[in-house]
Amino acid sequence: MQKYKTYAAGYLFLLPWLIGFILLYLSPIIASLYLSFTKYDLLTAPKWIGFENYKTMFTDDYRLGDSIKVTFQYVLLSVPFRLAFALGLAMLLNQGMKLLGLYRTIYYIPSLLGGSVAISVLWKQVFDKEGIFNQGLSFIGIEGPNWIADPKYAIYSLIGLSVWQFGSVMIIFLAGLKQIPQELYEAATVDGASIFRKFSKITMPLLTPVIFFNLTITLIQSFQTFTKAFIISNGSGGPINSTLLYSLYLYIKGFTFLDMGYASAMAWLLLVIIAAFTGLLFLTSRYWVYYSDGRN
Amino acid sequence: MAINRQFKTALFHVIVLGCGLLMLYPVFWLISSSVKPTTEIFTSKGLWPSSITFEHYSQGWNGLRNIQFGRFFLNSILLCVVAVIGTVLSSSMAAFSFARIDFPLKNLLFALMLGTIMLPGHVTLIPQYIMFHEIGWVDTYLPLMTPKFVGDAFFVFLIVQFIRGIPKELDESAKIDGCGWFTLYFRIIMPLSLPALMTAAIFTFMGTWDDFFGQLIYLSDIKKFTVPLGLRLFLDSSGSSNWGAVFAMSVLSIVPSLVIFFLGQKYFTQGIATTGLKG
Repeated sequence: MQKYKTYAAGYLFLLPWLIGFILLYLSPIIASLYLSFTKYDLLTAPKWIGFENYKTMFTDDYRLGDSIKVTFQYVLLSVPFRLAFALGLAMLLNQGMKLLGLYRTIYYIPSLLGGSVAISVLWKQVFDKEGIFNQGLSFIGIEGPNWIADPKYAIYSLIGLSVWQFGSVMIIFLAGLKQIPQELYEAATVDGASIFRKFSKITMPLLTPVIFFNLTITLIQSFQTFTKAFIISNGSGGPINSTLLYSLYLYIKGFTFLDMGYASAMAWLLLVIIAAFTGLLFLTSRYWVYYSDGRN
Repeated sequence: MAINRQFKTALFHVIVLGCGLLMLYPVFWLISSSVKPTTEIFTSKGLWPSSITFEHYSQGWNGLRNIQFGRFFLNSILLCVVAVIGTVLSSSMAAFSFARIDFPLKNLLFALMLGTIMLPGHVTLIPQYIMFHEIGWVDTYLPLMTPKFVGDAFFVFLIVQFIRGIPKELDESAKIDGCGWFTLYFRIIMPLSLPALMTAAIFTFMGTWDDFFGQLIYLSDIKKFTVPLGLRLFLDSSGSSNWGAVFAMSVLSIVPSLVIFFLGQKYFTQGIATTGLKG
């Protein structure tokens, strides 16, 4: 009897989440898969069209091709740079010095304001032809292009924005660095190891679980970036699709053209792409992620 | 030797601080532009305005189409407060259940919950939208508020991890004293989990404050617009003609996040460091 009371209590506390899981995750996932095989404009009933949406996606939709290209470019450039900056700064700040709190805050502020419309608005100005980025470049004698208006360069302003916001990744690295026992470094110093050797033989291996974590999370997030691209291109993904990140194109298809079936199919393709990337990370992780407790 | 070392330390601080300020330069520029006279915004290179004016703030605040920017602020604050209450309450309930009560299928449900963290929101987005559309909730706050009351998997996980650190003996002695599950949750575990709850609250506030996408698809009546939508509307309708006001409202729109961050900084950096996600 007591046992069932405990079960009931367990499910009672879990009830809100369970309802949410069924209504906001489980059923939508199934519905979304179904919708991806239909044509649905929200006003008339969904019409089953089989693999038509997927066929269009792969053979007939050049904007989707552009969008995937731009998204890959964005993810594959912004993620490594973001992680590298975050790690570099974290190591610099992890010297047991004074003012750490202040510096951490300063470097975190851009990330704090990350997804906001205000920052995207600001970024439009920073990368304007006469903007402060080009002013900085002219200082060292380079004449910068009109970043946002030039299809060759527009995506780099988005990448720059993403790299600029390395703060939260940095804080996780800092926490990871603090976990590394100082004695290891002291012993290495006694043995006369160089800074480079300490980095490659102690810091890097012991930090691999944190790198793995940051890499996975940043990757998943980057594939879903929306606000930046929307504000900077006025919702168009232009010039000439050069900032048409996948999420933005999905939004345009679903909510501007009300092509809900097609947008659902796009969502599934995104799911597959993200799953493939994270799957690859997990598969390779056993070769490069080192757990000090021996589990591999 | 000592002097050399001091010099190195000083140099180090100069470099770290210098790079940091360089990073913040765009933000300073934004603030400075919001108080510069219009003619100076794009012409003067320096940060320091020749004279300070708050004209842009009053222009911006007066908004457009008879709607004051304050309206957008009130809407956003309402949304955020409800979101914070809903998220903290429902996430902590689920976390308490997962961390402290034994029941069948617990491990399976926990694994499913973790799975939802990895799922890109796009997959559920469209059916959710259709569902809210069908029940007539589009263009109300309900699609933005109700989902907050079912718990956020990420925060459930965060709070579970935290509760696991609280000694289980507490539960035993409380039960001997005749505490039921609800009293245990509300009077003992919740107060002790305050750091985790605060982290969830702060993240939720900032996440909701900046959530442009959700608000964009669900709200269309300008009277219901929130700060991100108001800002974007302002940008579109007066952008090129009145950058000063756009900048002024941009500055105002980031103030709440900054205030919350500085008030809760202690919990917040802890929260990110132990969990990492979001932001």
